[in-house]
Amino acid sequence: MSHLAKDMTASVTWKDITPGGVIFEGGTSKVVETGDWRTVKPVLDSSKCKQCLLCAPVCPDMSIPVDKEGKRGDFNYFFCKGCGICANVCPFGAITMVGDDQ
Amino acid sequence: MGIRERLSGNEAVAYAMKQINPDAMGAYPITPSTEIPQYFSAYVDNGEVDTEFIAVESEHSAMSACIGAQAAGCRAISATSSCGLIYMAEMLYVAASDRLPITLAVSCRALSGPININNDHSDVMAVRDAGWLILFAETNQEAYDNYLQAMRIGEAVSLPIMICQDGFITSHAIENIELVETEKVREFVGEYRPKHFLLNPDEPIAVGPYSTPVYYMETKRQQAQATLDARAVIKNVAQEFAAMTGRQYGLIETYQMDDAEEAIVIIGSSAGTAREAIKQLRRLGHKVGMIKVRSFRPFPVEEIAAALQAVKAFAVMDKDDSFNGHCGPLFAETAAALYAQGISGPKGISYIYGLGGRDVRVESIQHVFSELEKIAQTGNPGATYRYLDVRE
Amino acid sequence: MSYSLKENIIKEDRFAGGHRMCAGCGCPIAVRTVLRALEPEDHAVVCSATSCLEVSSFMYPYTSYQDSFIHNAFENAAATLSGVETAYRVMKKMGKIDASYKFIAFGGDGGTYDIGFQSLSGAMERGHDMVYVCYDNEAYMNTGIQRSSSTPQFADTTTTPVGKMIPGKPQQKKNLTKIMVAHGIPYVAQTTFFGNFKDITEKSQKAIYTPGPAFLNIMAPCPRGWRYPSEKLMEITKLAIETCVWPLYEVIEGKYVLNYRPKEKLPVQEYLKVQGRFSHMFHPGNEWMIEQVQQEVDLNWKELLKLCGT
Repeated sequence: MSHLAKDMTASVTWKDITPGGVIFEGGTSKVVETGDWRTVKPVLDSSKCKQCLLCAPVCPDMSIPVDKEGKRGDFNYFFCKGCGICANVCPFGAITMVGDDQ
Repeated sequence: MGIRERLSGNEAVAYAMKQINPDAMGAYPITPSTEIPQYFSAYVDNGEVDTEFIAVESEHSAMSACIGAQAAGCRAISATSSCGLIYMAEMLYVAASDRLPITLAVSCRALSGPININNDHSDVMAVRDAGWLILFAETNQEAYDNYLQAMRIGEAVSLPIMICQDGFITSHAIENIELVETEKVREFVGEYRPKHFLLNPDEPIAVGPYSTPVYYMETKRQQAQATLDARAVIKNVAQEFAAMTGRQYGLIETYQMDDAEEAIVIIGSSAGTAREAIKQLRRLGHKVGMIKVRSFRPFPVEEIAAALQAVKAFAVMDKDDSFNGHCGPLFAETAAALYAQGISGPKGISYIYGLGGRDVRVESIQHVFSELEKIAQTGNPGATYRYLDVRE
Repeated sequence: MSYSLKENIIKEDRFAGGHRMCAGCGCPIAVRTVLRALEPEDHAVVCSATSCLEVSSFMYPYTSYQDSFIHNAFENAAATLSGVETAYRVMKKMGKIDASYKFIAFGGDGGTYDIGFQSLSGAMERGHDMVYVCYDNEAYMNTGIQRSSSTPQFADTTTTPVGKMIPGKPQQKKNLTKIMVAHGIPYVAQTTFFGNFKDITEKSQKAIYTPGPAFLNIMAPCPRGWRYPSEKLMEITKLAIETCVWPLYEVIEGKYVLNYRPKEKLPVQEYLKVQGRFSHMFHPGNEWMIEQVQQEVDLNWKELLKLCGT
């Protein structure tokens, strides 16, 4: 009997569901796409980005990855809900919010 | 051979706790259970146990802290009474739903209002559907013995368990008692080894989800199964306990039921009074008997139905009123048990008695049997919802 | 060790994406920032009161916590975590655990200032080695923007609607930070999101690594309840600081320390005017409300400066 979160689907039976609704792993929400909530999306202009990183900690959705060297990468659109805080906080106008017709 | 002692019910339970040496106790003072954490705190402060005592600021926090400690991987215990029990009611549901085998000693006391510090069962009955296993004791010895068996039962089915005794009548009265040697207790209870717990660095877990309609009912159905499974566990643990001590326990205890024509169903210390009443009536040739309910959750459906099927009339004695306008909670459960087992012959009535410490005398119980005899003779139960020993 | 945003942000997040908080919500920013203040080698047990955070971050079977997590109920995050922390001490004492654990509780202002206050007060008084973090968004947002004792005066909420007779919430905001200081615990701080996150990060580190109980009060704006465009979050918190509506300070072993003093203290309307919940205060004839709020802010600021000895 699997007790993995991925097997706790909408068809899991009462015999197989994890006791007490306990989940025996960390960070299982990573498979949940919240990017589809978005109506506008942030777009990064790498030529304007000075890697000051002020955009990274303000993201409520962990959608601005920063690598071990301290360089930010492109947005994680799987999670990004398009709130626009990052674009507003960027001192260099490197992030623009554009209509998201995905 | 055990150790002969003289202890009050509260002392006996506190002593059982000391022998078990659990990890954490969260408790808050309330009459009449408060002696239990008092005695236990002395064990803690004198280094006689390894337990950490959490002197919380309310019963709600007592159960909350127990939930945290048990989920973290520890054995957690508490003790309470009356308003304290229903103040933690919200948390009782969570403890059961989280499947945490916490052990709670209850010295039963009437609920307010009016405020009253004496015994009845309105506190436990108010939380009877919280998902806890519930064992009641008649005597100090039973309170102690039930407590020693509690963790084995709760941990086997991952459900919390309440060990109930009657406030003051049992909790404060000093009786002779036979204690089990501590080494034997520890061997019997064993170590607590949960499969999953918060403080496992190799496996982070998440406890207490928001559960949508897609999952909620499956979770509850699984919880219901644990309660069903507890029936066999309670019996098995009782058997092992009997092998150790010679003292026998089941889901119910019957007294003079083999040929009984009239019977009462009762819980707790009043069973002692009823036993004396039955002895006297038997001497006079009356075929009367008693069913004492030890396990209220799970409810002993088959056992009670089997014991009552051949009687002509029975009374269910409730130290609590459901205020449903027709019966006490034990009557409702008993009647449902009979109906579910296809038994409709015996005439049954509901007696509300002993509320807020109203004394229950041998004559009180004999009066109930005289009423039952009339019902047995006429086949007419008359009023099925009655109060005993109330001034008219 | 001096603060570096780069050092801070390259640490792995212990709060995962896929949570269902609203776009632009302040709360998940607070949670990820506090949890990032943990040293990577330390384990944690996180506890959340029932709240927007809880229902959005552990909706079965999806937990957003990399660490162990427990939710119990609305009013008892502190008591619940005090049980976990006690279990840790017992297990350490009995030699059942080697790993190092830290204990962090989160509650909204409803679960902290109001219904969870007794539980919080009890846990702090008992001295458990834990941090309680209030993410303060100044109303019951999860149930639909009802007033709490943290809601500021005159705010328009669904239980203090601006009516013909009563113009929003009549009472002032409860000063919980000072109440927690009165508990005599080793560390209390008030913070929010500001600049390069130095203030909130350092306070989180101190709160977590100060032995004994600690309390962090983090202003965490709610775009929906405060009625401002979600992208303006950092402007709102900056204005709260620059107007001294939400001063940044900490109290270490009873000693008040002011962490930021505005060069030029801005008038309170700068903060109020950008939020829909205060819009009625700018209607003609309602100037007295703004004046009253200004007086309250001035008084609190003066008192705080005195306490900080500046």
